[in-house]
Amino acid sequence: MKSLQEYFTCPDTGLKFHQPVIALAKANIIAAVVYLLAGGLLGIGVALTRWPAIHLLPSEYFYIFLTGHGAAVLLFWIHLFSCGIAYFFCTTPINARLATPKLAWVCFWMMVIGSAIATVMVLTGQATVMFSAYPPLKAHPLFYLGVILFAVGAVGTNFIILATIMKARSEKTYKGSMPLATFGVMTYAIIGIFTWVSGAIIMIPTWLWSMDLISNIDPQMYRLIFWGLAHSTQQMNIVIMITIWYTLAAVLFGARPLSEKVSRTAFVLYLFALQFGSAHHLLSDPGTSFAFRTFTTSYAAYLAVLGSLLHGLTVPGSIELAQRRLGLSHGLFEWLRKAPWANPIFSGLFLSLVIFGFLGGITGVTMSNQQINMIIHNTMYVPGHFHGTVAGGTTLAFFAFSYWLVPIITRRKLAYPKLAQYSIYLFGLGMATFSLFAMAAGHLGVPRRHWDITFADAVLPFQFPGTVQLLMGIAEAGVMVSGIGALFYLLSMFGTFVGKVVEKGAAQPLAEPAGVVAARMHGGTEPAHGKGLEVPGSLILAMVLLIFLAVYYYAQYKYLGTIWTIR
Amino acid sequence: MSYTSLQPIPQRHWWKLPAGRDEAIWITAAYGWCLVMLVVMVGWYFFGNQNQAGEAFRVTIDGFSNKVDEMIEEHQLKDTSGTLMSEGETEVPLVKVPPGSDYYMGAHQYSWGSIPVLELGQTYVFHLSSLDVDHGFSLLPIVLNLQLIPGYDYVLRFTPNKTGVYQITCNEYCGLGHHLMAGKLYVIDTAKNVILDGKGGITGMGS
Repeated sequence: MKSLQEYFTCPDTGLKFHQPVIALAKANIIAAVVYLLAGGLLGIGVALTRWPAIHLLPSEYFYIFLTGHGAAVLLFWIHLFSCGIAYFFCTTPINARLATPKLAWVCFWMMVIGSAIATVMVLTGQATVMFSAYPPLKAHPLFYLGVILFAVGAVGTNFIILATIMKARSEKTYKGSMPLATFGVMTYAIIGIFTWVSGAIIMIPTWLWSMDLISNIDPQMYRLIFWGLAHSTQQMNIVIMITIWYTLAAVLFGARPLSEKVSRTAFVLYLFALQFGSAHHLLSDPGTSFAFRTFTTSYAAYLAVLGSLLHGLTVPGSIELAQRRLGLSHGLFEWLRKAPWANPIFSGLFLSLVIFGFLGGITGVTMSNQQINMIIHNTMYVPGHFHGTVAGGTTLAFFAFSYWLVPIITRRKLAYPKLAQYSIYLFGLGMATFSLFAMAAGHLGVPRRHWDITFADAVLPFQFPGTVQLLMGIAEAGVMVSGIGALFYLLSMFGTFVGKVVEKGAAQPLAEPAGVVAARMHGGTEPAHGKGLEVPGSLILAMVLLIFLAVYYYAQYKYLGTIWTIR
Repeated sequence: MSYTSLQPIPQRHWWKLPAGRDEAIWITAAYGWCLVMLVVMVGWYFFGNQNQAGEAFRVTIDGFSNKVDEMIEEHQLKDTSGTLMSEGETEVPLVKVPPGSDYYMGAHQYSWGSIPVLELGQTYVFHLSSLDVDHGFSLLPIVLNLQLIPGYDYVLRFTPNKTGVYQITCNEYCGLGHHLMAGKLYVIDTAKNVILDGKGGITGMGS
């Protein structure tokens, strides 16, 4: 038996890792973090240009930076990081070995090389077509080839994840049913397969077209299938982010779902209904019927929205239940007030949950309504929305998860824990500011992907009201704040990766454990457990979200009803 | 039976355990709201005044371009001295088609091709398309946004409900000159003498 070398057991957490998973996770996370740095810098350039008072970059560079920012953070940072941690989720919790480590390395290098090729093409100005690359705008063939390589590498990792889980099942490496975290990542991998396959279906012909081997790519067909790739990659983010939420709640509080049935059903709803979200990008396009729009925009009668709303209760609910069991059960919100807010793992988890739900979630559901879509389509509202989901939600969750996982797999103490602590608040609040103010500017009609909203050189002059300049200024100032947060994260990660290896105590508690807090607060007295609700605090938070959504939704229709008649 | 979300579930029959009361309340409220949204969206299609599903037709770029040229040829406005009216350095024509008829808007890098002059409360059949790459039709200040795609004629009936000088910006990235693509649209009310002032504005609006 070579199992002694094959596995590593963390002396701090007792978690058992298959050795290749550690190396793969590290490599994927390092590559991802490099793209966060690159994409972050490009994003700062974009923000300093869209900040009307600064307007830093010349137009050509602005469009290059914007294309690069989208590709580097939305595709490369998010998906390299996801792949790295997905290997952890499909092995350690179920005591499994990774199915084919060699193939996983091939996938990793395909993703790295593909993303590098695409990035170089963008930065050298040969693919200034935005992340979405809608034909007939044409980029250099190597740009498409880079994206294809990345997608093929990424779909490979999804198959490896599923193969690992199947092998673990047949080898009976665990008893009972698989953990919720592994169930989540299995959902992620299944969604991943049809996502990346959509990518291949549209990117391969587009690549051939860019080399003049195919004469025509139908621009509407491209948009339909491209969003099968680009929207669904965002659904993958959501699934892995929720998996992170449940996992961090488990490691911080020993939490488990209120009901396995409900939480898993929510994941299954994603599996069947999330993909319809792709059509949300076509709601103000010609070429689709009312019936198609209704079916897809409502995710087949809002099944995926229901999935998200379920997690919206059960994630905080699982924390609340665990905290109450540990003794923090006085009143409605003691479990939340006395939570370890100084611990970036917790603050990242909770801030990510709140920003995703209140900023990304509410606006996402509203804007994907087929008629409301036409008053926000392609305005600054859209970046405002998805910075609430992908940056304030997913990226923040990734920060929190890094602070937990990276010390464990590198066997090094988290470097600069203070910076880590601040990084969450700065990045989260900065992105929330950008999200809110960009959406406000969008409501006033500020276009996205636009170099100069003063239209200084346009044939027919146009000037937005002064409010718009102010809103854009505040939004971009928010980006600067979040940039400092991201810098703190990068410093902490860099310091950790180059730090000194420690035998034991790499994963140190970054705040007082919940049980200790409870004991200090109440001296071990057990409050009576009434017959009432299990998680009243979380239910109230969830209801507040629903009320916000209802009010916001009503306001949008109210405005829509005042504009021209369009039929 | 203690376990966490990161550990396998020891008991086999978790599927048969009922959900708690909290979750039951939440599922009812959440899905109830989802159904409200579904009903509103479908209801708005039948009873609301703003629906962009419209109709769409496959067209050729040349064919559409010809339609635009024919329309401008036939309906470009003339001032009192009989001179054809236009605005800007590139002389973008002002076009006024009769109420109820077709307006062909052919967007191209980096212009909207013409400036529509519409009558308040009248319905016009707009044909929106692109002559090169994707463009975004964004009508301000009402913030009405539609996607224009080459080869597709997006047909929508517009009935303006307010006079004024509107702006059209392009909000789909369409190339390195994307930010130059600004256009204009007038809604006038001839019956009430709210008409073009000949200086880029309309009378009675102060702009």
